[in-house]
Amino acid sequence: MSQAQLAATGREASPSAPTGPTGSRRRRHWREETAKVLFVVPAAFAIVVLFGYPVVKNLTMSFQEYTIRTFFTGEAPWVGITNYVTVISEDLFTKTVINTALFTVGSIVGQFIIGMLLALFFHRHFPLHGVLRALFLLPWLIPLIVGSAAWRAILDQDSGILNVALETLGFDPVPWLTSPDVALIAIILVNIWLGIPFNLTLLYSGLQDIPDELYEAGALDGATGWRAFWNITWPNLRAVVSVVLMLGVVYTLKVLDIILGLTHGGPANATQTIATQSYQRSFVEFKFGEGAALSNILIVISLAFAVVYLRVTRRQVDE
Amino acid sequence: MTTVAEVPDNRTADEQRRHQRHLMIRHTKDWIRMGLGIIFLVGMLFPVYWMLNISLQGSGTTLTSSVFPLHPNWDGYRTAIADQGGHLITSLIIAVGTVVVTLIIAAPCAYALAQFRFRWINWALLAILISQMIPGIVIANALYALYERLNLLDSIPGLIIANAANAIPFGILIMRSFMLGVPPSIVEAARVDGAGRFRAFLSIVVPISRNSLITVGLFSFLFAWSDFVFALTLTTKGTIVPVTLGIYTYLGAHVANWSPVMATAVLASIPAIILLIIAQRYIAAGAFGGAVK
Repeated sequence: MSQAQLAATGREASPSAPTGPTGSRRRRHWREETAKVLFVVPAAFAIVVLFGYPVVKNLTMSFQEYTIRTFFTGEAPWVGITNYVTVISEDLFTKTVINTALFTVGSIVGQFIIGMLLALFFHRHFPLHGVLRALFLLPWLIPLIVGSAAWRAILDQDSGILNVALETLGFDPVPWLTSPDVALIAIILVNIWLGIPFNLTLLYSGLQDIPDELYEAGALDGATGWRAFWNITWPNLRAVVSVVLMLGVVYTLKVLDIILGLTHGGPANATQTIATQSYQRSFVEFKFGEGAALSNILIVISLAFAVVYLRVTRRQVDE
Repeated sequence: MTTVAEVPDNRTADEQRRHQRHLMIRHTKDWIRMGLGIIFLVGMLFPVYWMLNISLQGSGTTLTSSVFPLHPNWDGYRTAIADQGGHLITSLIIAVGTVVVTLIIAAPCAYALAQFRFRWINWALLAILISQMIPGIVIANALYALYERLNLLDSIPGLIIANAANAIPFGILIMRSFMLGVPPSIVEAARVDGAGRFRAFLSIVVPISRNSLITVGLFSFLFAWSDFVFALTLTTKGTIVPVTLGIYTYLGAHVANWSPVMATAVLASIPAIILLIIAQRYIAAGAFGGAVK
């Protein structure tokens, strides 16, 4: 029985029918539609207030001189594209863009390769397989700021275990977080560490979804090892891979916790990204207009990746 | 008739020997893999271990600390609880509040998007997907201005609402993909018995979808518990301090004594550890939350 038929049955079985059959039916229909809409109203309201409003507000703020004074006077004069010109023409901007790109690409490449190797490793069954894989998730579940705190202790120039170990082995200590030359590398390494569990989990479930028969058939044709990976695993994993990479980029672009916790954007802006700059402008210098301009640039970059991702997945669905 | 026991009988002695050797090699490979797995895991979890280790070393400087906490010293935890105990409770209240708000708002919407026919459904899903890509700093930037006017800065409800912003789209996507599998006939059966749509939803759909509600509840708890961006930006006076902000403040001052910092970090990790132990099977489902397949 179709849903409509069942609904009709329900309608007739209902005892209350005060008006004539047509009027009652219309009213019931209207009531049904209202009830359906009521299910989505709270969420629609929440999404409009918590996403729609911020995106629009952020856009308007970026064209205003919106400072701490605005909160007292209520005045935020329109300044056109001045905020964008200000943030883009600064010397620092090029640096933050390069840092953002290096941080994102470095993190994604590292996380993905290690996550993929681990997913392939755990795809084989062996004793304690499930328990070990589950424990791998721990770094992902602890708050990012906790991860940064732990790494701050490890990377501390004077007392951190990493430099203590290096010195014991006869190497010079490395100023991991205090030298402009290495700080970016250090935060990328920490971010890779934090991103591995996410990549491992998604890629592992992707591997689980590939039917064993494909490998059996492949083995008959002589496709084993690397050839099985390139001819069977990789093509079948493509959808999951695109999800992992797209989400990875979107998450990495907006990272704030790790950078603020480890280096606070320093030393000498060596680890400053568009996201940390946006925070700095809005909440440290209270130049909300400039902060909004920077975060709008960040949204555009994120959405560009999202569009690419949606096109890729759509094409895969169409195939 | 072919039974398993008969198979070796059909083989020559040579084949049997080869089979034995094959099994033995496979067995050895299994143990090698397990060994490698443990080595990888030790590498991966070293920072977590080190955090625990330092938290138990009273003196705090890692130079003087040993590799194993053979003589655990609880001073770090005493200081951590004295300084940050209240912040842990603040975080707990915010996280529980976020779970409640998220489930109440997201579950009915997920059901509607899964089971009712709306013309704009694909647009709604696209909007939800995109909303997940909006950086937290954008939301914070705009909410700061709004909260300033509504007197929601430095308030627990303010932080609950902001954290629910992260969790609601995620929750809708997870619960919707689960609720697509709820057979409409059982809901209609309840409706025939006279239940309204909301009653049918509460008494039929919610119990069936329990697992997806748990998944979303756990993740929204973790999101709110780990939240740093909103804690940092939507509080100004230091009256409402979630524990993530507490750790950040600890890190801000040059750290002279690591053990209370690490003790706080350990305490702030406890929800994650509990989640890992009791809810491991929900995690893979949750990981896909960001992505509509």
